[in-house]
Amino acid sequence: MTTTLASESVTQPPAPEPPSLELASYGDRVFRWILTLGAVSIPVLLGFLVYELWVGARLAIAKFGLEFVTTSTWDPVAEQFGAFPLIFGTLVSSVVALVIAVPLSLGVAIYLTEFAPKSVRQPVAFLISLLAAIPSVVYGLWGIFVLIPILRTGAFPFLRDAFGFLPLFQGPIYGPSMLSAGIILAIMVMPYIMSVSREVLLAVPDTQREAALALGATRWEAVITAVLPYARSGVIGAVILGLGRALGETMAVTMLIGNRHEIAASLFAPGYTMAAAIANEFSEAVGDMHLSALAYVAFLLFVVTVLVNAAARLLIWRVARGSGVGSKAL
Amino acid sequence: MRTFRLVLTGTLALAAPLGAQTLTGAGATFPNPIYTKWFDAYSKQTGIQINYQSIGSGGGIRQFTEGTVDFGATDGPMNESQIAAVNGNVLHVPTVLGAVVVTYNLPTLGDTKLRFDGTLLVDIFMGRVTKWSDKRIAALNPGVKLPDIDLIVVHRSDGSGTTYVFTDFLNKFSREWRDKVGFATSVNWPVGLGGKGNEGVTQQVKQVEGAVGYVELIYAISNQLPYALIENAEGQFVQPSLESVTAAAAGTKLKADTDFRVSITNAEGAASYPIASFTWLLVRKDGKDAAKAKRIKDFLTWMITPKAQAMAAELHYAPLPKAVVSLVESRLPTLKAGGKAVASN
Repeated sequence: MTTTLASESVTQPPAPEPPSLELASYGDRVFRWILTLGAVSIPVLLGFLVYELWVGARLAIAKFGLEFVTTSTWDPVAEQFGAFPLIFGTLVSSVVALVIAVPLSLGVAIYLTEFAPKSVRQPVAFLISLLAAIPSVVYGLWGIFVLIPILRTGAFPFLRDAFGFLPLFQGPIYGPSMLSAGIILAIMVMPYIMSVSREVLLAVPDTQREAALALGATRWEAVITAVLPYARSGVIGAVILGLGRALGETMAVTMLIGNRHEIAASLFAPGYTMAAAIANEFSEAVGDMHLSALAYVAFLLFVVTVLVNAAARLLIWRVARGSGVGSKAL
Repeated sequence: MRTFRLVLTGTLALAAPLGAQTLTGAGATFPNPIYTKWFDAYSKQTGIQINYQSIGSGGGIRQFTEGTVDFGATDGPMNESQIAAVNGNVLHVPTVLGAVVVTYNLPTLGDTKLRFDGTLLVDIFMGRVTKWSDKRIAALNPGVKLPDIDLIVVHRSDGSGTTYVFTDFLNKFSREWRDKVGFATSVNWPVGLGGKGNEGVTQQVKQVEGAVGYVELIYAISNQLPYALIENAEGQFVQPSLESVTAAAAGTKLKADTDFRVSITNAEGAASYPIASFTWLLVRKDGKDAAKAKRIKDFLTWMITPKAQAMAAELHYAPLPKAVVSLVESRLPTLKAGGKAVASN
């Protein structure tokens, strides 16, 4: 077309009128309005959510105030509620999950982008993303039937023998525990951290690697000195994505954590999380105060998530200086 | 545009018959299988559709109070303040019976069934008995060789009618339990691990030697769990079964003007299994809609027929004893709508 355009333009009848500018801008306006509506609906929805939680929690907020966050009694009969063990459990189980999942998924991502033969990369990446598609109740059942027996008879006694001097690995072993929940969470967040880190590492320009190698770096040194620093803000973003998922995960956690309103130093002890408490008690909560306390927990879960995300965002901004990939996107 | 209109009218035409011959209800999950079966059989027989959502007793009471459903269902009766919230306009209609069994994991016992009484169960669930070799257990189980291992308590973590019945039973044996724990669909357990649902408790008990927990009778029967004999009010150690649960309801003396909100735990009668309870439908004494009130009354009349109650036994729900059936029967004519008695067939 383009090559013959000049000669044809002479012989051709007058070109059809271009679509009217009026109509085009009308269509554009409609399209723009639809998109704006879509974008606005997100903050509006979020606003409604917060408002509804606040309204639902008002009764409990009026009665317990901020003490709700620091006290530990959870007694639906006496209508005394305190959410400290829930907040503690949510944070600890998520941290345990990240401690296990981050090195593992980062290692996999580095292997897949830097070291793995081409034929291995795609299949392994695909298999790991497949883990993200498994429903959490399936993880929970697998946890109860397969993971917990292995942990209780094998891994936990080993940890107690090897690291029993740490308070983290002391006390009786029941099976359902903070550590079991952390491990299942780690498996659940791994695909997210792995996939995003892999994308970020793939986006690091080859010139970075080549420059490091040209200066005499080994493959390992190239990854550590040239690739990872370039990608760090993107990798942190991946970790935050995983953390967000771990904080809110409900079903698998409640099936494995032992559901006890208690704060224990040991990771072998049962615990509880905010999301699990809501899922467990909401349907059969009869008293207004009980319901309100659960709404308050939901509100706090929201606050904790926002705080953690805000802290993470700050971290990314500070780290982002001088690094390339992902800092804009996150 | 025309197609759109056609589709729209089509949808409206389809939607129209709904609402004509339907009832909606919501509540307890425990009786959901039998309710589903009843509603299905009833709709085949009469053409009346009853939609039931098993969202939990708490949700059932809430939706009934807000008037979003025609009837509610609950495993624990409404309390005074909840009844005040509907201005007393509620009748609890018992439908079937449920029971809770105590299950444990002691493989060394073989087929020997352990015996518990209320006081011992309070001690166990209070955390005062920590070893199976404790002499309080041995005292009730002479001749049984109890292992010297840790006793691990497992309870429900989700709010549940099962917890309500079990804690209601324990509540009758200890002042300390009343003061510290009380009874409700979820309580502040002094000790133990929480399992989600009957299946969660069962798995934890099955996996940990020395664990003890409580589950719903039907669940225990269908999964062949070991269960303990429990001492009843007359000093007999009774095995949980449909007969002993119905006997518990029969052993409870109900006044002619009862509102059916009675606890039948620790009931009288030598054959009564002591950890049992009614489950109820909540209907309005004075309904707004005469047509709906009639439909509800017709269903309740059908539900207490021997044929419907026999369906309950097929699904391992203990049927109501005769005395309770006739009490319910005598109460149905008092149902009203808009201040007038509901027409009967």
